[in-house]
Parts: sequence; structure tokens; C-alpha cells
Amino acid sequence: MITFQNVSKIYNSHSTALEDVSFEIKHGEFVSLVGRSGAGKSTVIRLLIGEEKPSKGRIFFGQYEVSKLKDKELPAFRRHAGVVFQDFRLLATKNAYENVAFALEVAGRPQKEIDELVPQVLDMVGLSEKLNNFPHELSGGEKQRVAIARAMVHRPEVIIADEPTGNLDPLHTMEIVGLLQKINQLGTTLVLATHNKEIVNGLGKRVITLDHGRLIRDEEKGKYILV
Amino acid sequence: MFTTISRIINFGLKNFWRNGLLSTATVAVTGIALLVTLGLIMFNFVTGEAISSVKDKIDISVYFKTTTAEDSVLSIQKVVESLPEVKQVEYINKDEALKRFKEQHKDDSISQAISLLNENPLEASLNIKAKSPELYGAIAQSLQADAIKQYVDKISYSENKVIIDKLTKIIDNVNQGGLVLVIFLAIVSGLIVFNTIRLAIYSNRDEIGIMRAVGASNMLVRGPFLIDGILNGTIAAILSLILAIPIIHFVAPYLKGFIPGLDITSYFYGGLFRLFLLQLLFGIGISIVSSFLAVRRYLKN
Repeated sequence: MITFQNVSKIYNSHSTALEDVSFEIKHGEFVSLVGRSGAGKSTVIRLLIGEEKPSKGRIFFGQYEVSKLKDKELPAFRRHAGVVFQDFRLLATKNAYENVAFALEVAGRPQKEIDELVPQVLDMVGLSEKLNNFPHELSGGEKQRVAIARAMVHRPEVIIADEPTGNLDPLHTMEIVGLLQKINQLGTTLVLATHNKEIVNGLGKRVITLDHGRLIRDEEKGKYILV
Repeated sequence: MFTTISRIINFGLKNFWRNGLLSTATVAVTGIALLVTLGLIMFNFVTGEAISSVKDKIDISVYFKTTTAEDSVLSIQKVVESLPEVKQVEYINKDEALKRFKEQHKDDSISQAISLLNENPLEASLNIKAKSPELYGAIAQSLQADAIKQYVDKISYSENKVIIDKLTKIIDNVNQGGLVLVIFLAIVSGLIVFNTIRLAIYSNRDEIGIMRAVGASNMLVRGPFLIDGILNGTIAAILSLILAIPIIHFVAPYLKGFIPGLDITSYFYGGLFRLFLLQLLFGIGISIVSSFLAVRRYLKN
């Protein structure tokens, strides 16, 4: 599904974000990407969705070789993944319903399908009462649930979550993690970048550990361990 | 394709409405910039009218000796009319000259004195208008030909030469200066609109980033901004014409005093549709170009 082959990302001679990182993620896996701030988690994610190009190595995502995609091909590629960000990244001028619908609209899906799917997904994340609220009228946890609804509504093969609970309190954190687990159980591959020890240890799933841009550990049923 | 276009229009309209304050500010700035261009169009019209009214007043008169036969004068008129520089020649015979003289001096004793004379002391003349002011020199030159010269008593050109030259120069300067001013102000107002729209889109840069992250194509990201641009330009064009109405009514009487016969209100209302189209073209054009350029830099990655 996803393959990193000897990937390095070097910004300049003083700053190496990733060094010779290789791993493979199979369909349906739930993989946690852990490490301290600056370990390279976000770089892996930015490379994965084509926001940046690797300095060395190759990255494959489904049928795409991400590292070779042209600017014009990126939008179509990104519709194969759903991304959840730490800062939610909701469109401020659109309400909850429209934010979720947007992911389908960009894919050119017909209106009938949108009218059907969006309420279903918002119901699944528990926001059926807040369809018409704008992001500034929602709490942090609610915003992140809208973001997850948006990431999953077009049934992507992979959902990538970059510190999705970084801005949330423990209660909302558990809520969001539960939601991600549910999505994974329905068959979607999940990549979760986090530095939250409790989450990772609670999941009992595969853990890839990064430190100073290097992959130092990759374990099935791993724990959050940093030396 | 149709779905995408209708979504683009829908997004554009919604954004314009929901970014109310920003849209209002952009429309206001664009409207004022368009008011400046409208002012430039009116300025062009006024200087054009002023110049042509001045040009109309310039002419040269050839006065013929009283002994000259009318036939000779008429044949000279034919010759002068055939000159390429000449626009129009008016023949004023002795009787007509007397009539005009009496008309001009109705109330003073000089016309009574003339009536006492049994003969008409005034000379027949040809009143010549050139196609453009700088050609009077050449016309005066042609009148120096011997075939004409022998009948001529005097030519007003030599008397008026200084004034004619001065007026020609002023006209040229006004034309050139006006053009520079028009270009300068047009560039300034264009840049102001461009910057305003750039700032408006700058404040939307995060939204553009989000749209791209969700997988929106460039067309879907850019389209709504272009729709906003069209709306901005259209409303600004209407606004500028509405703002112009009281200004024109206020200024018109002053201009009429300055140049008799100049009527900018009828020029404005007569050409209202054409002016509106022009404003629309400017407004939408500059808005779309600005939006297009401003969004482009956020469409990388």
C-alpha cells in the first residue's frame, strides 16, 4: 500500500529531516508513527501526501510513485487519502456539512451522493446536531470530528492523521482515537503520527519510532519507547 | 464539467457573501478606482471640447483692396479652397462686411458716421479655417503668391501669428500632459485595486492550502476567486456610476462657465450605457487579472 525506499529529506547541510528511512505499510494496518518533536514524523507525512519531495529515495502510495508526481497530478492523487491535521484545517467560511461535502465536491461526485453520504458520516462522528455550525462555533473535539468526517467521507484507502489529538484535552483525545480505531476496523488503512505515549500503548498496534530523522524501531504490537 | 462549473459559481457567491466585510472593502476600493477612470474619461472629453472650441476660434482673414472685382475674389476663393491645409473658406463681400460691422457697433457713433458716407468703405474678405492650427503658417505662405498678392490689402495672420503659435503650443501641451496624467492615474488606480485584491486573497491563503490538501484541482480553487472578481468588478462599476452622478451635476455649471456650450451631463447620460460597459470591462478585467495572479502563488504544492 505504502512504501518508503531509502528516503532522505535534507533541507540544507545543517538540517537533515529524514535519513535513509525505509518501511512498508500493508492494506488495513493501523500504524503509529512516534518520536519526539522534530524527529521527522511530520516530514514523513508531508512526503507521503506530496507536499514535499524527498531529496533521495522513492515513495510509493498505491499505484502512484509520490516522489515523481507533478503539481498538476497532486489533487487527483490526494483524493485517495484522507488527512487529519493537528490544527483541524477546516474551511472557515463553510459550515460543518459543507466542509465534509467539500471533499466529495472536489472529487466531482454527484449532488445526490453528497446529500446521502454527508449526513451519514456526520452522524457516525456524532455531529448530526451540528451540521450548520461554522468551525468557530465548534469545540476543538468537534472540529476534529468534522475533520475526520471529511477525511473519511470519500472512502479513501488510507487515512493519515498528523497529531490529531495534539490540541485536545484527554477526554476528547480518547474520543478521537476511538473513532480512528472504528474507521480502521471498517477496513481503512490508518497512519497515526503522535507523541502521545498513552494512545500508542493503549492501541497495541504496529509502532514505527523515529529519532533525529532515523528509523530506530519498527515493531508489531509495539510500545512507545524512547531512549 | 457542468457540476464543477456550477459548484465554482456556488462557492464564489457564498464566499463573497460570507466574507462580507472583506468583499465590501474590496468593492469600495475598486469602485473608487473606477471613479478615477471615469474621471479620466470625462477629463478627456472636457479637454477635447476645450481644445476644439479654441481651435474653432482660430482663423485668418484676407482683406482685399476695395478696387478688386468680385470675380477675382471668388476665383481666389476657389484657389484657396483647393489648398490641402484648408478646411473651410468663407467669403464675406463688402455688403456683408458692412452689415456685420453695423451689427457689432450698433450703439456707438462710428456706425452712424459710416451711414453718413455714401459709399461702403469696408473691404471684402476671405475667412480661412485650417484643418489644424499649425497649418496656418503654410496657408499664409501660399497667399503670398503674386497672383493673389496683387489684390490683397492685408492678411490678419501676421498680426495674429504670435497668438496662433502660442495657442498651438498650449493645445499640444494639454494633449500630451493629459495623456501622461491619464496613464499615470490609470496605473495608480490599477495598482491599488491589485493590491487590495492581493491582500484579500492573502487572508484566504490558509483556505487555499486546505482546499489543495483535500485534493481540490487548481480550477476548483481558483474558480471561486474569479467569480468573486467578476462580482467585485460589476458591483464596483455600478457603484462608481452612482457616485459619479452627484459629482457631475455639481461640476457641470462651472465647466459650462469655463467653456460655453460644454454640457457634460448630456455627455454622461447620453453615453451612460457605453460608460457602464467600459467601467464593467475595466472593473471585471482588473479584478480577474489580480485574482488570477494573487491565487497563483498559493497554488504551488
